[in-house]
Amino acid sequence: MIPGERHPTARGRIELTGVTKRFGETIAVKNISLTIPAGSYCCLLGPSGCGKTTILRMIAGHESPTDGAVLIDGENVVGLPPVRRGTAMMFQSYALFPHLSCVDNVAFNLKVRGVPKAERHQRAREMLARVRMETFADRLPAQLSGGQQQRIALARALITDPRVLLLDEPLSALDEFLRLQMRGELRRIQAEVGITFIHVTHTQMEAIALADLLVVMDQGQIEQAASAREVYDQPRTGYVARFMGGQNVLSGTVVRRGTNTLTIESGAKEVTLTAPNAPPGEGASFEAAVRRDHIRLSRAASNGGQPGMNAVIGRVAAIEYQGTWLKITLEEACSEEFVVNVPDNIFFADPLSVGEPVLARWDAGEIHFLAAGAKASTGSSALGHTEMATAGGR
Amino acid sequence: MQRDLGKRPWTFYVLAAFFALFVLFLYGPMSAIFVLSFQGPTGGLTFPMNGVSLRWFSALFNQERTGDFAGGFTRSILLALLVLALTVAISVMAGLAFRRRFFGSTAVFYLAVASLIMPGLLVGLGVGLVYQTVGVAPTWFGSALGAQLTWTLPFGLLIMFAVLSRFDRAFEEAGRDLGASHWQIFWMVVVPILFPGMIAVALFGFTLSYDEFPRTLLTVGAENTLPLEIWGMTTNVTSPALYALGTVTTLVSFTVIALALGSIAIIQSRRSRRPISARTPATDVS
Repeated sequence: MIPGERHPTARGRIELTGVTKRFGETIAVKNISLTIPAGSYCCLLGPSGCGKTTILRMIAGHESPTDGAVLIDGENVVGLPPVRRGTAMMFQSYALFPHLSCVDNVAFNLKVRGVPKAERHQRAREMLARVRMETFADRLPAQLSGGQQQRIALARALITDPRVLLLDEPLSALDEFLRLQMRGELRRIQAEVGITFIHVTHTQMEAIALADLLVVMDQGQIEQAASAREVYDQPRTGYVARFMGGQNVLSGTVVRRGTNTLTIESGAKEVTLTAPNAPPGEGASFEAAVRRDHIRLSRAASNGGQPGMNAVIGRVAAIEYQGTWLKITLEEACSEEFVVNVPDNIFFADPLSVGEPVLARWDAGEIHFLAAGAKASTGSSALGHTEMATAGGR
Repeated sequence: MQRDLGKRPWTFYVLAAFFALFVLFLYGPMSAIFVLSFQGPTGGLTFPMNGVSLRWFSALFNQERTGDFAGGFTRSILLALLVLALTVAISVMAGLAFRRRFFGSTAVFYLAVASLIMPGLLVGLGVGLVYQTVGVAPTWFGSALGAQLTWTLPFGLLIMFAVLSRFDRAFEEAGRDLGASHWQIFWMVVVPILFPGMIAVALFGFTLSYDEFPRTLLTVGAENTLPLEIWGMTTNVTSPALYALGTVTTLVSFTVIALALGSIAIIQSRRSRRPISARTPATDVS
């Protein structure tokens, strides 16, 4: 279902056009264009220093772009204070005012607007009830646990009735159990209030679990902006494939081209693949990805032998039990680490051991060809991905 | 190697004895003065005590005999309060300003802190000379106030640096995010959060001013502050009234310090009360 349809009157459509941010000599964000549909849950994902928090702060109005425009519902908001933008931010440290009780923290926005005490306390208590914290109204922030503080921060942001809620690494300060619980809670509240959530994170699984639109960033640029499923299943570049995990990246130089086949040299090995429609010429560098859980393992002859089409031969380097599956790491398979995720019932029917030579093979349709290096940060391309993300829905 | 935890090494006793000597040196004279200030009516400046009385305390307020104690005390308190207010206001504003690098910020900082190492008497002499040259009569609330601020402001600024290094800018951004104006952020967010630090600055401002001597000596003008009054008395008062004076002023200092530290402790404990662990809130696992 399309998020925009779920809330026909949804507000909070965000467009970044050619946004650049420089801090002195360093460029934090390079010419980014991105559209986030109204009422969607968008995750900005990337390693620290990739510019994701800077983008969030520029939408929030805590930084100004050096160049480019930030549009919310069609209006350029560059230069406007946060409240005029209709944005509210939840800070990584929560930034709850330590001298105010929970109810006064939540009522802060009403207080600065001059709402009388009785009314603002009543409305703050209603908001506290929404995040299930009404019984903690009179406590000070220091008397709450991390998860409780986060709920207060959420209530304090939502009371401004924003059309966009910006969350800066909201779950990073919580332990694993609370993180999973709050993750579901955030999604529930987003669906309830029907506004746009933009959530910055460096945790892949968190982003996949939450996002309608997942934006993968690196070095100030967007590598891919699409639905979570598309990013995970069809990473656009080698960077996305490696960063998201779950994929083996076969990289190397094209050495031979057949009618429907392509042979690349990867490390000391040659790998032959079913060719893409427009195969690169001989000598070109080439990258493709195969999902780790879509590969079958079998024992290979001890002398190795030839793997054949859509397969590699390697040696088991490590076996890691993961409960429902096993992570089998191969060495000498190709130039990069090659991992196969094997379901536990299949593995234990005929267990492999470390050091054994194995053949890893996949169906021709499982290979996914990756774009060479170029970033997706130019307008048309990013917008194109965004539309796909919207159509993909959840 | 197994060590007998109950037995202390010999160095412990040496160091403990040394520390005891130090404490005696620190508080011995003060205690002697405290005890002697209750000297009997016929007693002198030294032990033994000739009875016990409050006579020397009442003599303090007899201006002819002991100098202008009441006037000096009043002026010192008022001056200390003035210095306190100005030190807090200027230090807080300067501390907030120094969070950004501005043109010449390093130079301004070193200029401000340099007065910590300048001999106080020379600072006072300089200020006094300027007043004389300009032709303005020095006063305790004018020239002396300025001279004392050269001493208290660097302290205040350094304390604010320490306080602000632990102040999260996200508090201000959160205030801005929630629609507060600059003034509202300052008064409703920054000042309450920095308040314990401001009390510390106030305490320094007050106590440094209250017993300031070298900078005040040449800038005070016609009417003395208390330390100068006491200095005068040591040369012409030869009764235990001098000790009574020492006792009274020390008690004032202790009271101020106790008030300041007490209020900081109350604020800190109010803000850091831990959650009641026995009653794990149900909402955490809802």
